[in-house]
Amino acid sequence: MSDLKKIRDEFISKLKGKLNLSEINQIKSELFGKNGLVSSQFKKIGTIVESERKKFATDLNVIKDELQDLINSKIDEVENAEINKKLDKEKIDITLPERPFVRGKIHPVSQTIDEISSIFSEIGFSVEEGPDVENEYNNFTALNTPDDHPARDMHDTFYLDEKKQKLLRTHTSPVQIRTMLKDKPPFKIIAPGRTYRSDSDQTHAPMFHQVEGLHIDKNINMGHLKGCLNYLIKEFFEVDKIKMRFRPSHFPFTEPSAEVDIGYEMKNGKIIIGEGNQWLEILGCGMVHPNVLKNVKVDPTKFQGYAFGIGIDRLAMLKYGINDLRAFFDCDYRWLSHFGFDPLDVPTNYRGLSR
Amino acid sequence: MKITFDWLQDHLKTNLKEKHLLEQLTNIGLEVESVDSLSADTELFKIAKIVKTEKHPNADRLKVCDVDVGEKEFKKVVCGAANAREGLITIYAPPGATIPKTKTKLVVAKIRGVTSYGMLCSEAELNLSNESEGITELSKKFEKNIGKKFFSKSKSNLIDLSITPNRPDCLGVRGIARDLVASGFGKLLELKQKKIKSTIKQTLKVKINKEKNQGCTAFGSCLITNVKNTESPQWLKDKLISVGQKPISAIVDVTNYVMLDINRPLHAYDVDKIEKGIIVRSSNSGEKFTALDNKDYKLEKGMCVISDQKGVLGLGGIIGGTRSGTELDTKNILLESAYFEPRSIRNTSKKLNLDTDAKFRFERGIDPSSIEDGLNKAALLIKDICGGKISKIDIQRIETNKIKTIKFDPNLFEKITGFNISIKEIFKILEDLGFKIKKEKNYLKLIIPTWRPDISKEIDIVEELVRITGYDKIKIIDPIKERNKSTLTQSQKLFHFLQRAIASKGYLEAITWSFTDSNYNNHFKDKNKEIKIVNPISSDLGVLRNSIFSNLIMYMNKNLDRGFKDLSIFEIGPVFTGSNPGEQNTVVCGLSAGKKSRLSWIEKERNVDVFDVKRDVVQTLVEAGYNSDKFFIDSETPNYYHPGKSGRLFLNRDKNQVVAYFGEIHPNILKKIDVKTESLVGFEILIDNLELPKKTLNDQKTKFEVSDYQKSERDFAFIVAKEVKAQDLINVISKLDQKLISNINVFDIYEGENIPENKKSIAISVTIQSTEKTLNDNDLENINNLIIKTVENKTGAKIRS
Repeated sequence: MSDLKKIRDEFISKLKGKLNLSEINQIKSELFGKNGLVSSQFKKIGTIVESERKKFATDLNVIKDELQDLINSKIDEVENAEINKKLDKEKIDITLPERPFVRGKIHPVSQTIDEISSIFSEIGFSVEEGPDVENEYNNFTALNTPDDHPARDMHDTFYLDEKKQKLLRTHTSPVQIRTMLKDKPPFKIIAPGRTYRSDSDQTHAPMFHQVEGLHIDKNINMGHLKGCLNYLIKEFFEVDKIKMRFRPSHFPFTEPSAEVDIGYEMKNGKIIIGEGNQWLEILGCGMVHPNVLKNVKVDPTKFQGYAFGIGIDRLAMLKYGINDLRAFFDCDYRWLSHFGFDPLDVPTNYRGLSR
Repeated sequence: MKITFDWLQDHLKTNLKEKHLLEQLTNIGLEVESVDSLSADTELFKIAKIVKTEKHPNADRLKVCDVDVGEKEFKKVVCGAANAREGLITIYAPPGATIPKTKTKLVVAKIRGVTSYGMLCSEAELNLSNESEGITELSKKFEKNIGKKFFSKSKSNLIDLSITPNRPDCLGVRGIARDLVASGFGKLLELKQKKIKSTIKQTLKVKINKEKNQGCTAFGSCLITNVKNTESPQWLKDKLISVGQKPISAIVDVTNYVMLDINRPLHAYDVDKIEKGIIVRSSNSGEKFTALDNKDYKLEKGMCVISDQKGVLGLGGIIGGTRSGTELDTKNILLESAYFEPRSIRNTSKKLNLDTDAKFRFERGIDPSSIEDGLNKAALLIKDICGGKISKIDIQRIETNKIKTIKFDPNLFEKITGFNISIKEIFKILEDLGFKIKKEKNYLKLIIPTWRPDISKEIDIVEELVRITGYDKIKIIDPIKERNKSTLTQSQKLFHFLQRAIASKGYLEAITWSFTDSNYNNHFKDKNKEIKIVNPISSDLGVLRNSIFSNLIMYMNKNLDRGFKDLSIFEIGPVFTGSNPGEQNTVVCGLSAGKKSRLSWIEKERNVDVFDVKRDVVQTLVEAGYNSDKFFIDSETPNYYHPGKSGRLFLNRDKNQVVAYFGEIHPNILKKIDVKTESLVGFEILIDNLELPKKTLNDQKTKFEVSDYQKSERDFAFIVAKEVKAQDLINVISKLDQKLISNINVFDIYEGENIPENKKSIAISVTIQSTEKTLNDNDLENINNLIIKTVENKTGAKIRS
């Protein structure tokens, strides 16, 4: 057996044993130190007969690589074991609670307004606004509801002066008036906002939310009205088909006027929209009365169109299974957390309205 | 408006069933509100008489009554009504009967130890009226019917319709029948109303004064002499009961019947109590009379009254007076059938706050041509039942009935509805509704029926046609998905952004009333004036809010009382500065209470503080696109903030408009409202004061410039006078060389040992980096010295050695 093979076999067997880091380093210097066994063999190359020199050198290099690799991996192994031993001591109870965080929420009414705006955005409506305090003219008279009209009794109005000239708007319809006075037709707007009636019981709150819709152009007829609302309800409830019923009704500011019911049924205490034989009234609408158009200097022989008003709170209740209207405004932390939406859940067209 | 199918069939002939009727009514705009079965157990209800009452041994308010129900033995009934008394004739429900109103089934029950067999019913419980005070009182005339059924065998359900205010004609059964017939629901029966044939003159003089704003334009009347007022015959009582009316006496029942049947209100006077004829005139200020509701009314000038020589007899078309009212022994009556102007009726009833059935009808508009029909129908019926002699009809008018016509272009129908119907159909529908039609070259000339005050324009005709044809015929035209204008304006986008930005900082969004309790509002109105609501729903919601805090703090307190300790809530909405339209601002207002990291195993707990809300405000504004390097903050805040721990924020040093306030809520307010929390901080962002960011997101994204040269940090500690603000130091430094100074951070504030009194130490770390080169020691030394020198000069600071 050659010296080389001897060295190799001896150290490989040494390195296979259990060693600590200094023992390995000891071996390393025994082999590769200045006068190490392997280093000395390299010095010998010159003295070897030429015919054997090449083979010797090759063998030596192979052995050197083999031993070096083994030493390196041995060092890794030992170092890893040491680190693992240290990390093992650092082990914590990972089931302890994370650092505290708080979650904000968006009110279901705000979410619903965003959903509705997103739906109408698709078909070219833009959002308008008007003040909460209105004058008598915009809220009633301009909307073809003169003072001696019994329809005024249908609105229990909050007044801010004895002469009843200033009031809290009873519907979002005055935004129609403001919009049409401000611009020229065509008009294609929605106007969500707060509305007020001096009425308060289990199903009525003195403040609630409506969204007004107005589309005035040259040839807008009741078919467009039906199409628009059909689209809205389908998109809003995120269902493929809905049942919808238009019933004749009366509002002073539209003629003809309609109330719209949607079909539903109750399944396991939840309301299912679009099925069943029950009807639920959800909105009022109609073709804008020529008198209203005249009041805002729009020529009713050239322009016509529809308007509608929807209770936002009511829609939110239906979609999200909320039973009690009063709770919307009660500000109970538990209710807000339960029915509120994550602020990152912004309703959009491309992603869909809700998750 | 309550009707039954039976009654409708007095006016129309049809093979269709009630189920179809209900559908059809709703389809043509006469919305069915409810359908009540009157016949269910109503046979069990009996006319009864209280024979004896005794106080309940165990309850002060209850009585034990012996009730005669026509059987051998009296029934013992426990009753709580104040009007339960001996001799009263009322309505008895035996055990087993179901109360129509509540749908509860009666059983024999012990009430406070006394067994009660059945119940005595109020009118409300029987759906006869809304009268729920006390039990039903029937007149003496019912005495001979004790033990008999109160309700007759009616197979017809009670149908309650919601009639819109434009349709007074449908406040009569005939009007409803007419609409139904137009829609194809059977055939309208002709009214073969007999006319009064009399040779007797109407001798009581009636005069309508011709004066400005006279509320009465026609007054028809006839005399019926020598009547004997009595109980109504069964058919009439049944009819009234079937629609939930209580029979009273023949004369009253007949006038009610005619009113319900053809919407013709009538009034009966006791002629013998009228002093020398009737004058219809405007009231004088201060005139008084006692109305049939037993209340005294003091009149203002200009109300339409029916009067005689002695004074006011009644308010025309609204309510009669007690002085001339008919009673059981009334012998001679004057029957009135008049036309009152809706405007006058409405003004008077609003001023007196009076609401009656007659008022409800007249203010919507009564058919002016129904005066005679009403008198004929009612007088003949009264004569049939009560005997007597009828005079000729006398009608006084100050205005003749005008015939109203309309030109209708049939093409308008399709233009509005989007679908087409034939001229033949148009003719049929309009004729069925009572229009007279003359075909002209390009249009139809329509004579409007006198009972339709709501129709005055072509568009009204379109509505009639589409309503009767059916809204289901309108075709759906799907909307086109295109957008020519952006959905939201810049400021609307900002609103939505701020709303979600604040919510993402851990605040729950609340929506509270726009009005509030003035006691709370007073704490937060600062320099604003209080805006009162004239007619609030309750006194604690009496003013418009000047600040959102008033509501938020009230609800915050409620939540704290529920046992929650650490909460953050916010609202975005209007606050009001005046009572004119537009005097309002949109504000995001947040409140945060309690502690951060309460009872955490890992983090130190501390109270929420002003720097928490400052971060929320600043971070939100930065997220919305505003540059925080330019923000300017001082400590002038409204008086509801802690004067020492609050600030206001401007977008820049020009201080044009305050865009936010933040700070601790004033401790005095917490004490007064009794808020129990460790700490309460809040903020208000005044959205309307935020200039819209000049650069759009698009503009901001065009250039990407960063420096890869080495940066170095230098720390400085300055000793300054206590009142010097950190902001001032930062400002001075940041202005020195904006190309080199990339960041400034305050990392320590110290007062106390080793620092002179009235001074403090502010430690600042400044990051220096060039976009052009790596700075050498010399460069750094220069900027170092510049910082120290300038800060010392401008703020009176001394560098700490």
